[in-house]
Amino acid sequence: MELAAKVEVPMLALETEKLSAWFGDNHVVKEVSLSVVKNDVFSLIGPSGCGKSTFIRCLNRLHEEGEGAKVNGDVYIEGLAKSGGRENIYASGIDPVSVRRRIGMVFQKPNPFPGLSIFENVASGLRLAQVVRRNVLEEVVEMSLIQAALWDEVKDQLKKPGTSLSGGQQQRLCIARALAVRPQILLMDEPTSALDPISTARIEELVMRLRNDVTVVIVTHNMQQAARISNQTAFFLMGELVELGPTSRIFTKPKDIRTEQYITGRFG
Amino acid sequence: MFELSMRDRKRRMTNYFSLAVICVLAFMAIAPLFFIFSYLLIRGWSGLTIEFFTEIPKPVGEVGGGMANAISGSLVLMAIASMIGVPLGLICGMALSELKKTFTARVLRVSVDLLTSVPSIVIGLFAYALVVVPMKGYSAWAGGFALSIVMVPIVARSTEEILKLVPRAVHEAGLALGIPRWKVLVRLIVPGVRSGIVTGVLLASARVSGETAPLLFTAFSNSYGFRGFSSPTASLPVQIYTYATSHDETWRQLAWTGALVLVFVVFCLNLLTRFLVRRQ
Repeated sequence: MELAAKVEVPMLALETEKLSAWFGDNHVVKEVSLSVVKNDVFSLIGPSGCGKSTFIRCLNRLHEEGEGAKVNGDVYIEGLAKSGGRENIYASGIDPVSVRRRIGMVFQKPNPFPGLSIFENVASGLRLAQVVRRNVLEEVVEMSLIQAALWDEVKDQLKKPGTSLSGGQQQRLCIARALAVRPQILLMDEPTSALDPISTARIEELVMRLRNDVTVVIVTHNMQQAARISNQTAFFLMGELVELGPTSRIFTKPKDIRTEQYITGRFG
Repeated sequence: MFELSMRDRKRRMTNYFSLAVICVLAFMAIAPLFFIFSYLLIRGWSGLTIEFFTEIPKPVGEVGGGMANAISGSLVLMAIASMIGVPLGLICGMALSELKKTFTARVLRVSVDLLTSVPSIVIGLFAYALVVVPMKGYSAWAGGFALSIVMVPIVARSTEEILKLVPRAVHEAGLALGIPRWKVLVRLIVPGVRSGIVTGVLLASARVSGETAPLLFTAFSNSYGFRGFSSPTASLPVQIYTYATSHDETWRQLAWTGALVLVFVVFCLNLLTRFLVRRQ
């Protein structure tokens, strides 16, 4: 009896149900249903053009901002108890802006706001999306930069433009900027593909530490990266979810022949 | 030794000849600029005194006087024009860049381009009907309004072009933080291209500072200096036009000097723009 009571059902941070996405007539994500456990690192792998980036961009309703873009299906995130513990971000009447405040995103190429200082870059989300007092703002900026492992390098030059940093530092600045609004989920779209190996290693380390605070969904081109940092891995091919499971199993005993072919380097 | 064949020689000759023709043509194209400058300097320089900037014109026949009325008037008109034209142009430019290829944006873009090509005398007539007639008199308001209409399309198109250069990724970074679209544009994108936008505004100012036609029956002119926004207001281009066609020698001299000052101001505005563009 005692034992049975201790078995916990894992809390889900995110669930998609038959999520489809289009660019014009091009059906790029095909009815993907999956779930992501809270405080986990979940990676999406697959060859170029398999729809993994589009999929992740549907998770914070950014896909629909593009021209001719369309989404169908549902995405549930962990929500207040009164809403049954989960909320559909595609329910009618939901403002995409409010969804994006709870689901942060880091992009492939570092994209600090040009003309804004390091401080202003990190503060931008809080300052422009919420009302925050100056002293609180300073505290949050410092905390976010510490969390993003950038504080020590920039604490004496917070007024310098964000674009003056190196590529790897810029990417950590973007992570700090995303963390500053305290999202419950952090989406990362190939965050290290534009970086050198040392910067990549730093970001991977960072991601593994972040899971204490947020749930991370990361798209990666690099299978070793997925193996190093994630607990769960999903393999995408031509817009379809081919296989999903614990990372170690996906890379050692894939069930689907296509997954095996991809991870052994036979295509992609 | 390499002997030049007859054909090679001919080819070389053709080359030198073409180069010479191109140089002459290029010189002919820019020659008017130098002629205008040098001629204005020759004719206008002697009238360039402190008096020119501080005194109002003297009645016909009397020697002396300046164009203080036109200079102050031009400044007032430019200020009114910028106050109306710059915000409208900026908003229009931002709308164009944000709406991109939607139907509204297309209509707006065509309208802006058409507005650029409307003869400025017609814009003057429009301001006459819209401001001068109801106000029952020529005024700085009417002149400034007419000039602002000339400014709007220039500011709008330059703003749109500058905003187009901002990578899509920067927009997305803002959106992904849960910042509303208009705030992303106004607070995050625009500050990053501030100097580019200022450049467009300066170019528009340079353009309208020399406009004469829209002012002829809107701001009209005066010979006593600025007397309030609702009174007829002098301006350099109109004053130059009036004095250059007069028979009074002193007035004609004032017109030459006025032209020199006007060209110099426009020249400086253009140089400033170039400087800002280069710094970007």
